[in-house]
Amino acid sequence: MPDGALPVLDVKDLKTVFRTRAGEIHAVNSVSFELKPGELLGVVGESGSGKSVTMMSLIGLLPMPPAEIRDGQVLFDGQDLLRLPEDALRQIRGARIGFVFQDPMTSLNPVFTVGYQIMEPLRKHMGMDKAAARVRAAELLKLVNIPDPEARLADYPHQFSGGMRQRVMIAIALACDPEVLIADEPTTALDVTIQAQILELVKELRHKLGMAIVWITHDLGVIAGIADRVMVMYGGQVVEQAPVRELFKNPQHPYTRALLKTVPRVRGAREPKLSVIEGQPPMLTAQPGSCPFRRRCTHALEICASRNPPRYATGPGHDAACFWDAKTGTARHV
Amino acid sequence: MSDIATTEAPARGATQRKLVEVRGLKMHFPIYAGVLRSRVGEVKAVDGVSFDIYEGETLGLVGESGCGKSTCGRAILRLYDVTDGSIVVDGAEIAKVPQANLRDLRPTMQMVFQDPQASLNPRMTVAALIGEPLDEHTRLSKKEKLARIYELMDAVGLARSFANRYPHAFSGGQRQRIGIARALALNPKFIICDEPIAALDVSIQAQVVNLLEDLQDRLGLTYLFISHDLSMVRHIADRVAVMYLGKVVELAPREELYSDPFHPYTRALLSAVPEPDPWIEDKVERVILQGDVPSPANPPKGCNFCTRCPVAVERCHVEDPEFREVQPGRFVACHLYVDPKSGTVEETAASEANEHPTRRRS
Repeated sequence: MPDGALPVLDVKDLKTVFRTRAGEIHAVNSVSFELKPGELLGVVGESGSGKSVTMMSLIGLLPMPPAEIRDGQVLFDGQDLLRLPEDALRQIRGARIGFVFQDPMTSLNPVFTVGYQIMEPLRKHMGMDKAAARVRAAELLKLVNIPDPEARLADYPHQFSGGMRQRVMIAIALACDPEVLIADEPTTALDVTIQAQILELVKELRHKLGMAIVWITHDLGVIAGIADRVMVMYGGQVVEQAPVRELFKNPQHPYTRALLKTVPRVRGAREPKLSVIEGQPPMLTAQPGSCPFRRRCTHALEICASRNPPRYATGPGHDAACFWDAKTGTARHV
Repeated sequence: MSDIATTEAPARGATQRKLVEVRGLKMHFPIYAGVLRSRVGEVKAVDGVSFDIYEGETLGLVGESGCGKSTCGRAILRLYDVTDGSIVVDGAEIAKVPQANLRDLRPTMQMVFQDPQASLNPRMTVAALIGEPLDEHTRLSKKEKLARIYELMDAVGLARSFANRYPHAFSGGQRQRIGIARALALNPKFIICDEPIAALDVSIQAQVVNLLEDLQDRLGLTYLFISHDLSMVRHIADRVAVMYLGKVVELAPREELYSDPFHPYTRALLSAVPEPDPWIEDKVERVILQGDVPSPANPPKGCNFCTRCPVAVERCHVEDPEFREVQPGRFVACHLYVDPKSGTVEETAASEANEHPTRRRS
């Protein structure tokens, strides 16, 4: 990926809240990130960390209300997606920005053939006629390695296995040659041998097609295998961001460091005892004026309870939102 | 199915005594079709499974969705009426005992379920949930019962002040603790953990696994740990059985299985697990299996794995390989296993088999 190239997607200070009867939930709190052309950005975090809501916010897929995007800017090709009228956004969504969701069972419509569902974006966004769209749809199925593509166009989703359905979802997402692909836990519902097939496919396709990808997952192993850069989210915020090898070699944020230690491995030495992150993830009901990780953090300082740490640069392309400096093992000068 | 010899000495507090012996276990579910609902076939969810579990050990049972691992666990506890086979738990043969007579045996064997949300009654308090097995099987006074409930809550790390709360007030990890306390209430010897951490977040999984390990050490429990998470099974299990399409294809002590798998499916499965380490990810050579798992209603002829096996030979499509002990404590069901002493393969497949450097040489 060319360094210094203009980002295809530039998200600044995104804030999304959900209004509920119990009060406001601050699901995404001042999230900023860039996506460079051709790169694969991995987004890691646990449930409730805000990783999916961030991505849904920036393409207008959240139901509003209860969701409300309170602040921020999402620059895509010089336009702010958050301020674009719905019609204009629809021209981009599904065409220039594609998606793949977690569950291939529920994201395909069971009453339409797979062919119809792949042809739909081609006809809507690319203005193709039926015959041309059919040819392209078969090409797409072939691209995602589905055997006998022409014949399978007439099949319904239930005639495909889970892994094959996820291939169909990828084919739909790629139909209009998107510049950006957002993949939200696309392999989480799949078995490990099928996941390996899909990961191989994605590695092959991204070099063939050259699009930029945001890959959301909770699995650090998947991230290690495919990402160029990683963004770690916790409690609705970005707590650390770094190139993939840098993150695994020099994790700076106490959450990232603890997370890397808590996962057991299949290869190499076996750890006799798993290290634990004590406590529970935070409720996001309070206006965040403190570090969301402080109650579980082994390095928490006094300041962590009164201020939310900004993202400090800790190396080239590497930043961490923490008042504690992992390099010196002491508090930062604030 | 061959009989299984007592040869291995498992680790960590485990004894030589077999607490659970499963032989030729079959669990077939009938398929009915047509207007008359006539029986047209059966789903062979578990199709001839044999293994032992030693007192004090953890046996990991791994496999992908639909391989029959959960059905196998439930069948061992007789939550189903099994089709065939023998199950001996703590000296009692239970495979064919009528459900009514099983009640007295239930306190010995308990289960922790995957989804703590669905397995706890939302209208019962924590104290009622944990106390329910005590009501059913013991005659404790109110005071004694409460004391036992508090004792169990302490054991699983739940604050006593939570006793009157309802399950919805707890997080997933805490709910799983309630489920574990409930399973422990009657002092069982044998607990089946059916994907107990699959619904939990990464940072919570380690908490629950450490709790299970502590309880095992303290109470001398024996676990059958069913999971699809191969890295967690490597952490918790002493021995591991790998299932594919209703059958156990390989069973071995943990380190031997992970460092030197014999069965081609085990090799593919282990190689597919992503490693949270970019340097290893760069080097790892994956065996990418083609296609999907066949339907257990219509398994292939010969070896169940022959349709996806990268090294299958003609014999594999004809003859079902026997599950046999090939080295002390190591069982495998594959025609292509090479005996390290004689170096012979049973089939003409020596060339294919030798291409696999992971196979044991001695």
